[in-house]
Amino acid sequence: MSGILDLAAAQAAEKVRAGELSAAELWEAYRERAAADELNAFLWLAEEAPQVPADAPLGGVPLAVKDLFCTEGVPSAAASKIIEGYKPPYTATAVERLTSAGAPMIGKTNMDEFAMGSSNENSAFGPVKNPWDQSRVPGGSSGGSAAAVAAGLAPWAIGTDTGGSIRQPAALCGIVGLKPTYGSISRYGMIAFASSLDQAGPLTRDVTDAALLLRHMVGRDEYDSTSTGHPDEVALPSAERLDGLRFGVPPELTGDGLEPGVREVFEATLRRIEELGGTVEEVGLPHSGHAISAYYVIAPAEASANLARFDGVRYGHRAQNGDLRSLYEQTREEGFGPEVKRRIMLGTYALSSGYYDAYYGRAQRVRTTIAEDFRSAFDLVDFIITPTSPTVAFGLGERIDDPLAMYLSDVLTVPMSLAGVPAISIPGGLSEGLPVGIQIAGPAFSENRILDAAHALERTIGFDGGRARA
Amino acid sequence: MPDVTYEPVIGLEIHVQLKTRTKMFCGCELSFGEEPNTRTCPVCLGLPGTLPATNAEAVHFGLMIGMALGCELAPRSIFHRKNYFYPDLPKGYQISQYDIPLAREGRLGDVRIHRVHLEEDAAKLIHVGASGRIHSAESSIVDFNRGGTPLVEIVSEPDLRSAADAAEWLRLLRATLRRLGVSDVNMEEGSLRCDANVSLRPIGEAALGTKTELKNMNSFRFIERGVEAEIARQEEILRGGGRIEQETLHYDVRSGALSSLRSKEEAHDYRYFPEPDLVPIAPTDEMIERARAAIPELPADRAERLERDFRLPEAQAKLLAFRTEVADFYELTVVAAGDGGDARAIANWTCGELLARLEDGQDPADSKITPDALAKLVGMIGAKEVSQSVAKDVLGTLVAEGGDPAQIVESAGLGRADESELVAIVERALADQADAVEKIRAGNDKAIGAIMGAVMRETKGRADGGEVQRLIRERISG
Repeated sequence: MSGILDLAAAQAAEKVRAGELSAAELWEAYRERAAADELNAFLWLAEEAPQVPADAPLGGVPLAVKDLFCTEGVPSAAASKIIEGYKPPYTATAVERLTSAGAPMIGKTNMDEFAMGSSNENSAFGPVKNPWDQSRVPGGSSGGSAAAVAAGLAPWAIGTDTGGSIRQPAALCGIVGLKPTYGSISRYGMIAFASSLDQAGPLTRDVTDAALLLRHMVGRDEYDSTSTGHPDEVALPSAERLDGLRFGVPPELTGDGLEPGVREVFEATLRRIEELGGTVEEVGLPHSGHAISAYYVIAPAEASANLARFDGVRYGHRAQNGDLRSLYEQTREEGFGPEVKRRIMLGTYALSSGYYDAYYGRAQRVRTTIAEDFRSAFDLVDFIITPTSPTVAFGLGERIDDPLAMYLSDVLTVPMSLAGVPAISIPGGLSEGLPVGIQIAGPAFSENRILDAAHALERTIGFDGGRARA
Repeated sequence: MPDVTYEPVIGLEIHVQLKTRTKMFCGCELSFGEEPNTRTCPVCLGLPGTLPATNAEAVHFGLMIGMALGCELAPRSIFHRKNYFYPDLPKGYQISQYDIPLAREGRLGDVRIHRVHLEEDAAKLIHVGASGRIHSAESSIVDFNRGGTPLVEIVSEPDLRSAADAAEWLRLLRATLRRLGVSDVNMEEGSLRCDANVSLRPIGEAALGTKTELKNMNSFRFIERGVEAEIARQEEILRGGGRIEQETLHYDVRSGALSSLRSKEEAHDYRYFPEPDLVPIAPTDEMIERARAAIPELPADRAERLERDFRLPEAQAKLLAFRTEVADFYELTVVAAGDGGDARAIANWTCGELLARLEDGQDPADSKITPDALAKLVGMIGAKEVSQSVAKDVLGTLVAEGGDPAQIVESAGLGRADESELVAIVERALADQADAVEKIRAGNDKAIGAIMGAVMRETKGRADGGEVQRLIRERISG
């Protein structure tokens, strides 16, 4: 039944709802694919086929869920040894909403431990391989979700994005990834990395699938005080043209750092925009050059507090050791991976008495100016457009010993995270056989316009992800 | 410097558990002695992925407290994370307020209020093993029922100058909070906890000396004793030419000893930063109005009113007003006594004889006596229908059994003896005690006591002492 697997998720949902396709059949087809996973994309797979009402809006189309989301009775470890096997007593709001809408969870996907990483190599359960080239990384931290969708092990997936963790793996795996406006989706039940930046979002084969998943994820949640919901219902995109739309290219993010192959695809995309009636102009984001520095103060600072609860007292790994202090130290020494420890130390230092103003305080001020940059830019243009990643998927092991090089993988996605604005990554084409992602960002809550623009572009690009699913 | 006189400078930090229905950041109901770990949920257990949501009722109570203490309310206050590891702190940080508290710069009585802020309580640790302290415990168990209970922290300015003043002011604060109905304010049960910052300085000097902090004294008596002990300790060090170390101290109520919990060097770096999971508290006009409307007359104001309207002595007015239920009973009694009532006599009988007949802390309304009955009894005393000593017995009966004082007096034949009855009794006593009469005539006035005693015994206390004395003297000198 390879025909089933060729359907995009929204198409499959439509067929199930129309009675042309059985949800059980769909489940079995994907369950079989996922069980044969050679990419290490899944950490857990559902055994039983769920019962989904025939008229459910998401048609029973199975969903892959990043291990960062808490799911009741199902291991939810954020790919960390420190809570390996931990089964939460409740389900994250975003997952709950999607399963209620008829997208049953087929499995939990691999990721960088606590979402800290850009290659999925920081998973305590081994790296995920990129389906386009198994010697390469899928990106991260939502690498398992991205690889699973790209390889057709799941019709769609959700992930989380703190500094690029949805967009960058989507780009490296040749799929669509959307980071919504901060606050539009509840964070309740997402194991927190950096609370002021974390945001859930869809990873899908195409823009329509992303819109459909997003529609059923957004909403104010009384369990998340920072959630705002979305002012408009998320519409399924239909635009075919970009007439009158202005796309801004920030020179600060599209200069020397781009790989030539990435630049070629990016420039080709800009030409397509003009062919579709849009305009392309330069627009400044003058402080975005400081984004990575600010991000790597703010995110670790928040993480240092968020990860304090993993202390061996109530759940997860507990070191067998004497007094209280060594219980804490040994538990965390044994349970956390090296990147997590590095960020906890960075963040602890940045918040220390005497250093707070110089690091955390200053980083927050930079964040504010970056957000102002975006607001000013969106007075001039409708969208900011950049490549999603400066490079295509890099080799497994290539950057793991060079944290700074790894951090720079997110140089194009972090500014939007700091500004809290929505951004999508869509496949723009191939460079030497590997996908190149194009990022389109807009003002807060402009998801419908971003999805429409991405849809129009997607049609003319005509990217074929089929090879990764073969 | 043998002539230096030192002045103690004391400020208090008070933690008050709020009597809200649910916890500070989750929907669990507050716990009052339930089975351990039955009032918990993923949020207050700090499970991965959970988020706090601010309790609106706690904010309401916090605003009431801020206003009652005459504070300025912050238009937009925020929460911070206070980071430290301890098993009673499931998230590894406490959500508290830091540089922008809910309310600041107020006053209660003579003491300025520095700040009022909201936070969450820690869980309860029970150390299994000999000492009951963590260092030598065989194991420790945690009860998370208390974890996440809303707390208000009230910090005073260092305006107190003696241990007794500190205890007295804390009584006023407790009475105020109790009157607001926002907390049980029970020190033994921990719903009111007090730390004291103590320093000494040469009298007349403006600069503050180095302070120490006394932790968690759980009664007024211990606060007074602990602060006194610390003042004495500091004075001895200073007089010996030594320097005070900034440290946190524990006062052992049994031995009276002060021991160091941690020095300044060992002080935690709490790495405070704004809590990203919560939005600021920005009280709307409606919230502020609602809080204002919920504030009743406060003890300090009531004491002033009682002093003014009923011309009561200050101490008595405070004694009444600091115990709302007693003041309520008193005022009802004054109303029952009507226009001719003697509010001062009622106050004397309420504060003295009535309270003495109640259990510690018992509400007079929970005994059998009614304000009406007390009003009548005091009226009968004033009209000299009963003697003081009979009135005390009748009061005892009223408290224990209730009833109407006039009926009790009548049925027991306790009405005040009238003059004709008394004259007969006095004359009989004079005849019986000729020796005493002689002594009095010889100038030994004390001998009158024997005759008085005989008359009082005979009348079973129904006679008025003054009247009896008058009758005796008239007959001896006449």
